[in-house]
Amino acid sequence: MTAETQTPAVKKPEPAGDDSFMNVFLRNLWSANNVLLTALSVVLAVVIGAVLIVVSDAEVLAKFGYFTARPSDALSSSWELISTAYSELLMGAFGDPAVFQAWFAGTATWQQAFTPLSETLTYAAPLVFTGLSVALAFRGGLFNIGAQGQAVLGCIVAGVAGFSFGLPIVLNLAVALVAGVIGGALWGFIPGLLKARTGAHEVITTIMLNYTSALFLSWLVIQKGVQAEGRSDAISKTVAESAQLPSPGGVLRVHLGIILAVLVTAGVAWLLKRSAFGFEIRAVGANPHAARTAGISVARTYVLLMAVAGGLAGLGGATQVLGTAHALTPAVAGNIGFDGLLVALLGRNRPWSTFFAALLFGALRAGGNRIQSFAGISLELVTVLQALIVIFIAAPALVKAIFRLRAARSTGLGASLAKG
Amino acid sequence: MSTATVEDLTEVAAPEPFWSRPRKLGTALILLGVVAAGVFGSLAPGEDARFTLSENAEGAALSIHGPFGAVLFGVLTVIAGGVMVAGLLKRRSNLLLVLGILTFVLSFLCWQVAGHFMPLVDTTEGTLQLALPLILGALAGVLGERSGVVNVAIEGQFLMGAFAGALVGTMATSVWAGLISAAVGGVLIAGILAVLSIRYLVDQTVVGMVLNLFALGITGFLYERLMQPDAQTYNQPPQLPEWRIPGLADIPVVGPVLFEANLLVWLALGLVLAIHFGLTRTRWGLRTRAVGEHPTAADTVGIRVRGLRYLNVLLGGVVAGIGGAYFTLVATGSFTKNMTAGAGFIALAALIFGRFTPFGAFGAALFFGFAQKLAFFLSAIESPLPSQFLNMLPYLATLVAVAGLVGRVRGPAASGQPYIKS
Repeated sequence: MTAETQTPAVKKPEPAGDDSFMNVFLRNLWSANNVLLTALSVVLAVVIGAVLIVVSDAEVLAKFGYFTARPSDALSSSWELISTAYSELLMGAFGDPAVFQAWFAGTATWQQAFTPLSETLTYAAPLVFTGLSVALAFRGGLFNIGAQGQAVLGCIVAGVAGFSFGLPIVLNLAVALVAGVIGGALWGFIPGLLKARTGAHEVITTIMLNYTSALFLSWLVIQKGVQAEGRSDAISKTVAESAQLPSPGGVLRVHLGIILAVLVTAGVAWLLKRSAFGFEIRAVGANPHAARTAGISVARTYVLLMAVAGGLAGLGGATQVLGTAHALTPAVAGNIGFDGLLVALLGRNRPWSTFFAALLFGALRAGGNRIQSFAGISLELVTVLQALIVIFIAAPALVKAIFRLRAARSTGLGASLAKG
Repeated sequence: MSTATVEDLTEVAAPEPFWSRPRKLGTALILLGVVAAGVFGSLAPGEDARFTLSENAEGAALSIHGPFGAVLFGVLTVIAGGVMVAGLLKRRSNLLLVLGILTFVLSFLCWQVAGHFMPLVDTTEGTLQLALPLILGALAGVLGERSGVVNVAIEGQFLMGAFAGALVGTMATSVWAGLISAAVGGVLIAGILAVLSIRYLVDQTVVGMVLNLFALGITGFLYERLMQPDAQTYNQPPQLPEWRIPGLADIPVVGPVLFEANLLVWLALGLVLAIHFGLTRTRWGLRTRAVGEHPTAADTVGIRVRGLRYLNVLLGGVVAGIGGAYFTLVATGSFTKNMTAGAGFIALAALIFGRFTPFGAFGAALFFGFAQKLAFFLSAIESPLPSQFLNMLPYLATLVAVAGLVGRVRGPAASGQPYIKS
């Protein structure tokens, strides 16, 4: 700070030329780098979420009716509502301090203390796979909206393999997982092939395949041989114990899927960075014409890439059914494919960033469950937050514009943003 | 959407002139006809299929012996296909195609309805009602797409429209207020889509998909916060009244369907005509198409590319929002979470299947609406055919259409590409 006051004395001050450590640090911190943009996107989403919470609460809203008379009423109750909601969210995602204290005092088990983290990882595991599926396809210039359908197919094939073969332990799980991958890969292969052979746009074909697979699943679960015996509702037989992903059990639902997710993320990172196929993917994604001139078969890359992406999403579906659901229902895949889309966008299509984005989404989802049951605020708040974060991530210029307005009052901060 | 196809890059052989589009379609029709006559004809129970002209089993009916009808219409399909393959009536190939599909469907119906009855008024009315949101959604897509903005957020606009319609309709106890706010809800999503894709140049399909999730989340959130605890105050919208035009409403079948209907029916039909006329005959339409095909050229002659795109996307938001109102103000009396259940994507399918034209989208929407109605009908008569497969029809048909198995669908050239003024 002393340097800052001295420089004007030596020469004429230049707003951007002042390179004292503090200023350079601040300038870089407050520039449009990815970390800051992500953080600001989250902040913006949380703020909008807070507004939604308040606006949708009749009691608090009534207090705003006499805001001019007694603003403290409205403000304090809004603040209370918002802080309860978000602290429940955090506790649901990472752990409740009260339960940790109870654990140290011996009145609660360690399993209870770690339940929130376990939930976060449980929700994150399938999202890692579907996120990687979308991210990988993006790197090759394809927009794989079909991750949802591919995950559904993965669920179907893994689930059916899980309850029909009755193989010994380990082998049964391996077969079911591979079956899920194959199912998803097949569902990704179709749009890849259509894109390569006829130029049909993958966005359209994968949207259509999403709904086709969902309808197929809802038909399949009520067929004889698939439907659970003695049940009239749409649920399949339970996956054999030996085909389920191992889990500590009890209140901890976390399963082997999350470790698998780490390994697969590492694998995808290697594939993209170090393998010949990864190079082809990136080349085609950067410029298909140039890639073709360089001797890469664009058609072959598209087909393979979609099959691999489909396989990843299928693995996500498989972890969902073998790890948590243990039986097929029409909604077994939930929204993991579409959430994977958001995860990939948030992770900017890089494997490890996508992994952490999936963790964030898992945390939000786990926290959302707690908000719903403890604060009585709809779980859908999480969907809104997720979508908002990604909207801001996808439009960095928008975030920059918003924050430049605020930063304009303090000099220096706006200067670096104006360039972006 | 990027139009660089692999085919452009790899295929060098000239297309074979013999296998023209009519010939391919004709061959497909012949195959379908053979299936219809052979399979449907032999499976149909030997009883009469009755198509009553009323809403129930009573009254006058067209009736035909099941197996005979199935074979007869199957043969007619083959004939329609044969005419196309032979290269006769080249100028009427679209008509032949429609005839071929129609006779195929009739053959299928003869098989399924044999031993039962199908009320024609109910079927036609149901088809049109189910097609209504699809027509409006697809028209919204036409508006955006023809000016070069891909709109995959139709689903989100539906949801927002349905929600806003129910909420404001109930609070103001006025169906018209509901209808207007449904349009506003659609415009809201369309506005975000427009700003992000036109101003901030974000990939249009990405924005669209994210907006779908956003709409799903926000309507679901507000539904659970407001509507579920207090449906009386927030979620009991008045219904759009049915108006009857005396005289015209007495025409059999057509009368009760078209002239004893709610406003949305006429609005949808009117919009199909208006948008077709607008696109082909007016200055706005010419400019829209120019912007959608070649924005740089349009800009050169002084058309405001971005302004026109904003206008069209927002207009599309109005239309799709009103389409969303159908769900709460016509079909059911209240909003529920994710109540559109993929209808926006069927509308997108209708748009593509209808080759990005208002009439095409209208026809495709009717076809998809009929498929849905048929699925309801078949499960009501306990047909062994699973309804899920009939519900797949729109998606599979679109898949076939975009894959170019029977004639390629091509969108506007600049569709999906942001315009950056250089």
